Amino acid sequence: MTAFTATVTVRLKRGVLDPEAETTQRSLERLGFELNDLRSADVFELDLDADSAEDAADRAEEMAERLLANPTIHDYDIEVTETE
Amino acid sequence: MTIAVIQFGGSNCDRDSVQALASLGFDAELVWHEDGLPEDVDGVVLPGGFSYGDYLRAGAMAARSPIMAEVREAASEGTPVLGICNGAQIGCESSLTPGAFTTNESARFQCEHVHLRVENANTPWTSQYDEGEVVELPIAHGEGRYEISDDRLDELEAEDRILFKYCDENGEVTPEANPNGSKHSVAGVTGENDHVAVMMPHPERATLSDLGRTDGQGVLTGFAE
Repeated sequence: MTAFTATVTVRLKRGVLDPEAETTQRSLERLGFELNDLRSADVFELDLDADSAEDAADRAEEMAERLLANPTIHDYDIEVTETE
Repeated sequence: MTIAVIQFGGSNCDRDSVQALASLGFDAELVWHEDGLPEDVDGVVLPGGFSYGDYLRAGAMAARSPIMAEVREAASEGTPVLGICNGAQIGCESSLTPGAFTTNESARFQCEHVHLRVENANTPWTSQYDEGEVVELPIAHGEGRYEISDDRLDELEAEDRILFKYCDENGEVTPEANPNGSKHSVAGVTGENDHVAVMMPHPERATLSDLGRTDGQGVLTGFAE
């Protein structure tokens, strides 16, 4: 078994309104920053022991499907690295 | 006729629901989620509140608690289930009903009275009203914007699964009368079968005449159908 860190990034699907991101963008603009768009995302870092990176990714995917993301409004991606 | 009102950590409309149901002659009881669903219940209310502090997403944690597996099983066997506000979020998160309730367009918590148009009066929850009738109920939520793919929403409309839409006092569904940016102004939907339903507005807060309007009575009366 090897120690891995699976990083799950959960984003709103394109086209789904993100009022918090819009508010954050407006606030940055009020501070004088210029930007075209702002998207927010949730990042979960999962430390787990697995036989392979693929195995770690599979388990992280199941966690995303079952809880971390809501498939109605979210997309997600997963990156796996060996834990240092 | 015993109706179980499920209490999660952070539920806060549980006792209101029991009181409102009792005023209509129902035998309603609080059920702590860890105690499991009693075997002989004839109905289930998922009440409003802030279960698990709305961690992750409103309703996400409660939807995955063991009692919800029992609620889904009871629902599949025909037991009526009504999710209100946080209970609606829990219902969608647990796939009892389609779609998701997410952050209001305003990005703010909103506590106000709204007008609703009855879209389908042929469900247990709306049979006390006429189709097109306008009722007034309170809302109190920060994550009530109904979100779902356009295709799926068209299907729900075609299947007559929309219970209520936000409207103005004349029954016109307009962007201005939509308090939270919900797609198609949807305020409540039914599950696969119409004995399962969720809605963001609070019928239990508009049931006791001491509190003013009683427009919500008709929804709760659905448990008798």
